[in-house]
Amino acid sequence: MNNVLDIVYWIPLLPLLGCIINGLGRKSLSKGAVGFIGSGVILASFILSLWVFFQVRGGNVHTAEYFPFINVGNLKIPFAFQIDQLSAIWLLIITGIGFLIHVYSTSYMHDEKPEHFGRYFAYLNLFVFSMLLLVMGANFVIMFIGWEGVGLCSYLLIGFWFKKKEYSKAANKAFIMNRVGDLAFLIALFILISKLGTTTFSEIFTPASLAKLSAKEISAITLLLFIGATGKSAQIPLYTWLPDAMAGPTPVSALIHAATMVTAGIYMIARANLLFSMAPSTLNIIAIIGIATALLAATIALKQNDIKKVLAYSTVSQLGYMFLALGSGAYVAAVFHVMTHAFFKALLFLGSGSVIHAMGGEQDMRKMGGLSKYMKITNLTFLLGCLAIAGIPGFSGFFSKDEILAGAFAKSPVLYALGLLGALLTAFYMFRLYATTFKGSFRGTHEQEHHLHESPAAITIPLIILAILSVVGGFVGVPEFMAHGAHALSDFLHPIFKDSYALLPVHEADHSTEWGLAGLSSVLIIVTVIIAWTRFSKKPDLEPASGLGKVLENKWYVDELYDTVIVKPLNKLGSFLGNVVDKRIVDGAVNGVGRLVRYGSRQLRWVQSGQTGSYILMMVLGMVLVFVVQFFLRK
Amino acid sequence: MPINYYITLALCLFAIGVVGVLTRRNAIIVFMCIELMLNAVNLLLVAFSKMHHLTKGAAATAGSDGQLFVFFIMVVAAAEVSVGLAIIVMMYRNVHSININFLNRLKH
Amino acid sequence: MIALLLILVPLVSGLATFLIKKEEQVRTWSLLAAIITFIIAILGVAVYTTNWTFRADWMGLLNSSFSLKGDGMGIMLCLLTALCYPVIFLSTWTTAYKKVNNFFGLMLLAQAGLMGVFLAMDALLFYFFWELALIPVYFICSQWGGEKRIAVTFKFFIYTFIGSLLMLVGILYVYSHTPGHSFDIEAFYKSGLSMKEQTWLFWLFFIAFAVKMPIFPFHTWQPDTYQQSPTAATMVLSALMVKMGVLGLLRWLLPVFPIASYLNGDTISLLAVTGIIYASLIAMRQDDMKRLVAYSSIAHIGLMCAAVFAEDKSALQGTMIQMFSHGINILGMWMVVAIIERKFGTVKISALGGIAQKAPALTFFFVIIAFANIALPLTNAFIGEFLMFKGILGSKVSQNGIWIMAAAGVGIILGAVYTLRMGRKVFFGETNTLTEKGTDIAFHEKALLIIIIGAILIVGIYPQPFLNAVDQTSQSILKNSDVLPMLMKQKH
Repeated sequence: MNNVLDIVYWIPLLPLLGCIINGLGRKSLSKGAVGFIGSGVILASFILSLWVFFQVRGGNVHTAEYFPFINVGNLKIPFAFQIDQLSAIWLLIITGIGFLIHVYSTSYMHDEKPEHFGRYFAYLNLFVFSMLLLVMGANFVIMFIGWEGVGLCSYLLIGFWFKKKEYSKAANKAFIMNRVGDLAFLIALFILISKLGTTTFSEIFTPASLAKLSAKEISAITLLLFIGATGKSAQIPLYTWLPDAMAGPTPVSALIHAATMVTAGIYMIARANLLFSMAPSTLNIIAIIGIATALLAATIALKQNDIKKVLAYSTVSQLGYMFLALGSGAYVAAVFHVMTHAFFKALLFLGSGSVIHAMGGEQDMRKMGGLSKYMKITNLTFLLGCLAIAGIPGFSGFFSKDEILAGAFAKSPVLYALGLLGALLTAFYMFRLYATTFKGSFRGTHEQEHHLHESPAAITIPLIILAILSVVGGFVGVPEFMAHGAHALSDFLHPIFKDSYALLPVHEADHSTEWGLAGLSSVLIIVTVIIAWTRFSKKPDLEPASGLGKVLENKWYVDELYDTVIVKPLNKLGSFLGNVVDKRIVDGAVNGVGRLVRYGSRQLRWVQSGQTGSYILMMVLGMVLVFVVQFFLRK
Repeated sequence: MPINYYITLALCLFAIGVVGVLTRRNAIIVFMCIELMLNAVNLLLVAFSKMHHLTKGAAATAGSDGQLFVFFIMVVAAAEVSVGLAIIVMMYRNVHSININFLNRLKH
Repeated sequence: MIALLLILVPLVSGLATFLIKKEEQVRTWSLLAAIITFIIAILGVAVYTTNWTFRADWMGLLNSSFSLKGDGMGIMLCLLTALCYPVIFLSTWTTAYKKVNNFFGLMLLAQAGLMGVFLAMDALLFYFFWELALIPVYFICSQWGGEKRIAVTFKFFIYTFIGSLLMLVGILYVYSHTPGHSFDIEAFYKSGLSMKEQTWLFWLFFIAFAVKMPIFPFHTWQPDTYQQSPTAATMVLSALMVKMGVLGLLRWLLPVFPIASYLNGDTISLLAVTGIIYASLIAMRQDDMKRLVAYSSIAHIGLMCAAVFAEDKSALQGTMIQMFSHGINILGMWMVVAIIERKFGTVKISALGGIAQKAPALTFFFVIIAFANIALPLTNAFIGEFLMFKGILGSKVSQNGIWIMAAAGVGIILGAVYTLRMGRKVFFGETNTLTEKGTDIAFHEKALLIIIIGAILIVGIYPQPFLNAVDQTSQSILKNSDVLPMLMKQKH
């Protein structure tokens, strides 16, 4: 075993094994064993991933074919993995953060019945397996398997507490909205197959093969792929499933939002960057949708009172940033933000889980307050997470967001301005959240106050690790204007994006402009943070919202809009087709034919009167008729 | 005698037979009218047979098949009479009438 | 020899079943017969792979012979039939029937008919088996069905019988135009009918197959029949009999009337796609699980029909794989529905709820079957649908592939909507007074469902052997239905 790349299949296989063992043994294994197996397999995958990471550093690309999946005619789709720098980054994020979430879950889910505890870890492992398949696939089909697989797992995990009707509704919504995007993905895939006859990345993303596609086809393919990405990565118009996905257990939210599912769209576009770089119109659309989503979600987050809902909309908003980066051609910035976002969003979700745990399941921020006194570690780590996501200089979020904004500025100053506005909104709602939850005085019941406590080590240790990463994680991508050659991430990813760089127009802003932009945004953000902090720690907004606030609280009524425009008409149409068209018209036509025959025969019955005379008359008439026809009508 | 006379006579007989069958209700008269029609046909057959036989240059046996048909028809008619009269007698025994309108009872 | 045995074993054992009096013996005997048939099929697939041809004189005067041959598609469908029958018998083992010997006898006769349809290479023989499969089911539904069985069966019978008669007219017409007046399939392929003749003959055949599949708007017999028939008959109807129609399209329509198929392809695809969306929308609003599954089946078959008329190799391969997969999936679906009906006495979605709390194992199996039903990757249906979609888009005979595909894709989304809706309302949520006392499934039910799940996953993860099996068949169908040389010939 000289080369870890030869055994790379163990990375997804281990979580799958964990899933099977935990799933089958959920009744016989003890909780400790389940937790140990569930987390252990992910840790093992993480170690392998680390090893892989160092193997591909030099620009290696490793592909391995295992067995033919679908071979028909000229189309060959092998079950194959491709490991390169991009997938290595994702492998680390998925298994690393995934491992922390597994550890966290052993404590968070401890009150569940043993079989549900086992089921939970089986789903969690399956989730990681699907995501690994997604990023390791060497062709679009394997990617699609993972792509749908995470959809399945999110369905299972969001609906984990299936007793509650609302939860399983949310699960259905998540899966179906994803399906809409998946259909677009599939159509793009079929167009690719029909034009190029292959789905393998290494064969598609070569200049020779892309030259076979016309500009129109490239636009169509990229647009469809992007629609696929909007489903998985929760962009307008398919984002509404993500906030509802909060129905799942909190660690699941962390897993979906931070490390796995939602970044799938980013990964796919980054993977197909060459294709996208050839379609400038699609890139424009991506940038516009990205910034629109970022702002829309940020405004909604301003007025949410459920601690997890704020974080959920914040995720949608941050994903909008990543798409803005992709649309601006700043691919590295998008990947960078995926990484930093994974750190701090996982931290924030797990932190909120710790709070919810301490509050005995309460999620409404209006009933919290002053928790910093009771939960020292949670408070501190949560604060660090908020600072990171707000983009305070020195924290990880600062570097990645700054790079995105710089990229947006290069594309268009308007995008930059809107992006900056979004960043300010982010800082504002995050510190509204922080101040309302941890500062001020406790507003819950006396009983809750009595129960308040710091969470156990299995919860706090992941928090601490993530907090450290959130603080220092940004230093892998120090921008060029601050220190020359310090952007390690960009160098690492260079082989992935180098072909795209040749295609995209380069607007290198000079260093002083960049300093100016970074300085401006930093100052504004710090001011916003201070305003939000002081305002909400003293007087949290507890009153029911009115006016615009009410619209924001109700999420711009988008859910209601979808309900009236799509869901209800479809249901009505279904009822109409079933009760009227199918029963009355189609079946009615069938029965009508039968009724016609019966009616006709009833009428004809009168001819058979039994009167001999009438029979004879008819006979004679018949003879006359034959005679007439024979002699006069025939030519 | 020209053939037209025979044809006209046969047609008249046939028409009388048809009208009789259609209008009369007495089974025996209906029966007789049927016989009348049959005989009208017989008359025609014999007439045409003779006509063919007298055609110049015809073979010695020309037209004999027409007369053969007549015999067949007469045999069949005799058989029919025997069965038909028997039915009428049975009918009279059952319903004490030979009005054919009573025959619609068959359908019940 | 294998081909003959596959027909003879169910036929003879079915006839013998009528004579057995004791109920236990009847059940054991027919199960044994089904298992023996299955073993023969397995042997045929694994060992005696070259023994699938059989030919004997039948009606020499008419130039019709008793000619059987298993091509890839036929073998796969025979395997499906052979696999389904023991599972069907076992899963409805405890159902009580009046005159049990007649019931099982008819079931086995239907199996013989099915095998015959899948293997017959002679038009008259095909027609003979077609009716042999239909008539026992007609008796089963009318004798052992639900309340409205007579009216429903009557409708079902009239529908299918009119279709069959139209086909018979068509068969006789083509027969009289074949070189040397033969019913042999090769002779049918070489009939050389004119474009005009093909056009009306095409519809005669198509209606017969469309009723069987069923294709919108010939479908209204199906939900009623599925709802009213005894479960075992519904399983046979939906898992196996609908495949007769698809097989008919592939083997007896496309290559026999290539020009008409080419000309009418888009019309049929339009019908099929309309049917997909139409049936899916109706399925969304059904309150009866059986009707929901029936409409979902209409939607799935619609996609197969559209794929057949794409006349593309991968679409045909996809259709053949999907015939197998659909049989497995819908059988699994019916098993779940039957278990629910047995446990709770109803299949009304609104009356159920929260079963997951009481029967986690049943829920587990349902979820997998449901996701196979909506073609999640790594389940069997994905392979079929993927290839069919690919073929429809890449079709050389249709310009509208992308629109057909997009419309069919909407059906996929709706498929997720109605399947998950059913799952949510039946299995999740709080229990009610009816479902409160529910229990989980027993070991033998688990074992049967594991067979289904196994088939779903095997085909889904490693489909290549199945694809290879039907490779040759799809190739030869395409060769026979290649329209270009025919059009050239018509010109001269």
